[in-house]
Amino acid sequence: MARTSERAVIVGAGLAALRGAEAMRAAGFSGPLAVIGAEPHYPYDRPPLSKHVLAGAIPADATTLPGIHGLDADWHLGNPAIGLDRGRRAVLLADGRDLPYDRLLIATGTRARPWPNPHEGRLAGVFTLRGRDDAAALRRALAAGPRRVLVIGGGFIGCEVASLCRKLGLPVTLVEPGPTPLARVLGSTVGAFIGAIHAGHGVEIRCGAEVEWLEDAEGRLVRAHLVDGSRIDADVAVIALGAVRNTEWLDGSGLSADPGGVDCDASGHVHDTDGQTDPRIAAAGDVARFSHPLYEGRRVALEHWSHAAAQAVHAGRLLAGTPPGEPYGALPTFWSTQGDLVVKSAGLTEGADAVAITQGDPAAGRFIALYGRAGRCIAALSVDSARWLPAHAEMVAAGAPFPPHGAAADRPKAIKILEPGFS
Amino acid sequence: MSASADAPPGSPPGLRVSVDLNLCQAYAQCCYAAPRHFRIEGHEALYYDPAPAAQDRDDIERARVACPVQAIRVEDPERRG
Repeated sequence: MARTSERAVIVGAGLAALRGAEAMRAAGFSGPLAVIGAEPHYPYDRPPLSKHVLAGAIPADATTLPGIHGLDADWHLGNPAIGLDRGRRAVLLADGRDLPYDRLLIATGTRARPWPNPHEGRLAGVFTLRGRDDAAALRRALAAGPRRVLVIGGGFIGCEVASLCRKLGLPVTLVEPGPTPLARVLGSTVGAFIGAIHAGHGVEIRCGAEVEWLEDAEGRLVRAHLVDGSRIDADVAVIALGAVRNTEWLDGSGLSADPGGVDCDASGHVHDTDGQTDPRIAAAGDVARFSHPLYEGRRVALEHWSHAAAQAVHAGRLLAGTPPGEPYGALPTFWSTQGDLVVKSAGLTEGADAVAITQGDPAAGRFIALYGRAGRCIAALSVDSARWLPAHAEMVAAGAPFPPHGAAADRPKAIKILEPGFS
Repeated sequence: MSASADAPPGSPPGLRVSVDLNLCQAYAQCCYAAPRHFRIEGHEALYYDPAPAAQDRDDIERARVACPVQAIRVEDPERRG
């Protein structure tokens, strides 16, 4: 148990930061606890931003998370950490102050990857979507009734925004350089199934296409010019090019960190560039890169809600002096609400050499896709079929043989094995 | 304490609800218990109110306990513990 005179600092003020702080308190840490946030907001829930908030169902400030009241923390909000001095054991804040620590949790997460041309990225009508203020601003733009919304990037956020626009009745074009939406994460076979569902709801999908530049009139976006010479008139563009991990503040700290994350050992402690563990510091959430025991120790940094929560609980207990006993290795899971479509997954698809539709029918818009690698189940994906997912998640967690034995419960025929379509 | 757009700590933050949508399997029991705060769109897309009014706390509590997969978390500053 950590001595009560010790000071804890949590850098970051998102889900992982809050759950980590809660876990420290629950594990008996009773010393001063400071939480440092770059944004001026208490920890809020991110998933509703691209769904409920954009839909106008709730205001952006309704997303504040449960658990803040009663935490007994000192909040340093709107005052980002800009440096870490491990020699003096202090976090440097943007306002020039130092915060000393005895236990430190790194939970700085990610930010939206900006449009590569900064001038075009700042045009009125051009948005990224990561934070609460981003969502509020984009919601205002969508509520104003744009002629057409352009979504640049066909990953999960891009698909969520594009399908949401259709739910709002807005014309929308999604431009994705890959062969289908979601191809990088799900492969082009399943990506094509999901893309077809969105196309059926009126999303205009332009795959194998790339936006070259954004044209403005007096500082307002008016159209996008594609590499193939075509043009798309749009007054709102959403840049959905993925996320960048917030590790710059660790430059010079000696920790092993780069834009792919900060490295953790099996216990959850961070290590330095010489591979030495720093027992005073742990990391959790999107920013933490760790060896996942379910995937032969492959180093991953996961951008999943449940992962941020679960890994932060693990790290919080570790920092409070009550280590959980075994390495963090929760099965990665996530969900994505795309319009009225719910996509959920368990496991990691990377390296899949086969995919099988084990329930339902992609043509009907509801199915389970099971991914295999070298004869083992490595991931499962449900599309509007969430109740089938837990049984498949168990197969993934157990590394069950792939393809699974027998036929689908809802179809007597043998399961068809498809090429997953990862490039 | 730095400046913040939110209510400062110390003043009650009001009811807060979050749902672990990994766990949610759209049994929709919350929608029966608190129809003004939880609804299913499409086959299984749950939309919910994360900041309901304080007078609706009994409905919210019914929804929380009715969830077969216990995916609903509620923070109610009037009912600590």
